[in-house]
Amino acid sequence: MVFRQLLATLLFLGTFTLVSCENHPYREGERLYKANCANCHMDSGEGLGALIPPLAGADYLRLNREKLPCVLRYGLQDTIVVNGKIYAETMPGATKLSEIHITNILNYVNTAWGNANEPYRLDEVRMLLENCAE
Amino acid sequence: MKNVCFVFFVLLGGLTACFQAPEKRVLPILGERDISPAGDTIYREIPDFAFIDQDSQLVTNATFDDKVYVVDFFFIHCPTICPRVKKNGLRIYEKYKDDTRVVLLSHSIDTKNDTVAALRRHAEKLGIETQRWHLVTGEKDAIYGIADDYFSVATENPDAPGGFDHSGRLILVDKKRRVRSFCDGTDAKDVDRFMKDIDLLLEEQFRQ
Repeated sequence: MVFRQLLATLLFLGTFTLVSCENHPYREGERLYKANCANCHMDSGEGLGALIPPLAGADYLRLNREKLPCVLRYGLQDTIVVNGKIYAETMPGATKLSEIHITNILNYVNTAWGNANEPYRLDEVRMLLENCAE
Repeated sequence: MKNVCFVFFVLLGGLTACFQAPEKRVLPILGERDISPAGDTIYREIPDFAFIDQDSQLVTNATFDDKVYVVDFFFIHCPTICPRVKKNGLRIYEKYKDDTRVVLLSHSIDTKNDTVAALRRHAEKLGIETQRWHLVTGEKDAIYGIADDYFSVATENPDAPGGFDHSGRLILVDKKRRVRSFCDGTDAKDVDRFMKDIDLLLEEQFRQ
């Protein structure tokens, strides 16, 4: 009887862990996103009007995969097009973030809110950051 | 039999309590107050001001005659709380867009960069109408001074992100220039509560 209860508890906990892992594969990335990006891009990645582009469902992420680590670190001064709309505001860079931080954030952003872009590896991000066009 | 009576009265008491109208909440008048020599209470009022909005129009106290208005302080290139406050400001804007009794007033604290042209561009990107939401600039000292009158914080600080310290407060002012409520403009739930306060104030000040 005790064994059964234990088994049931374990099963329950197991399912719970599985579900929560499925929901948040990049917890650290989420934490860093909230601290560094969410003030402008908002908690659900929806952006703000014609001022701040969305990240949720943004084609820009897919089309500019190799640029994204540099965008995070150095920001953006150029006009960009996201889902057919023009955005011309300056994006400040997050110069204090490490390569690991940037990888975590990118992986969160690229898989959150229905985004399904390929995750980044740390060595890949490191390599891309070395070649930022300043 | 005694017991039955007792139960009856308890029930009756409960019923009457239900029928009594709950006392209506009244928004407090915030800030220090004085007593006049005649013994009347003098409440603190927002002093005279004159700023310029995104359409180069003069915005003064008269702009808000017979209206209640919602105030905040921001700057366009604000890397921290401003977008969140603006997002919540937009919720208020949308809710009262067709209600001319409510107007929004945002003061830029970056008087150097946020010119009328910059404010106009910002307003266009937010998709807002000037008559419903004024984005204003003006004399630096006047803007920073009036922030105190609204119990908000605005100071220059080279060490702060973007160069300015300011609170993300939204402040509600009544028809008589008195501050009646405020909220944390970065907190959607607090803004929900604040919008209920706006409704309450409208009811109080526009009673037929």
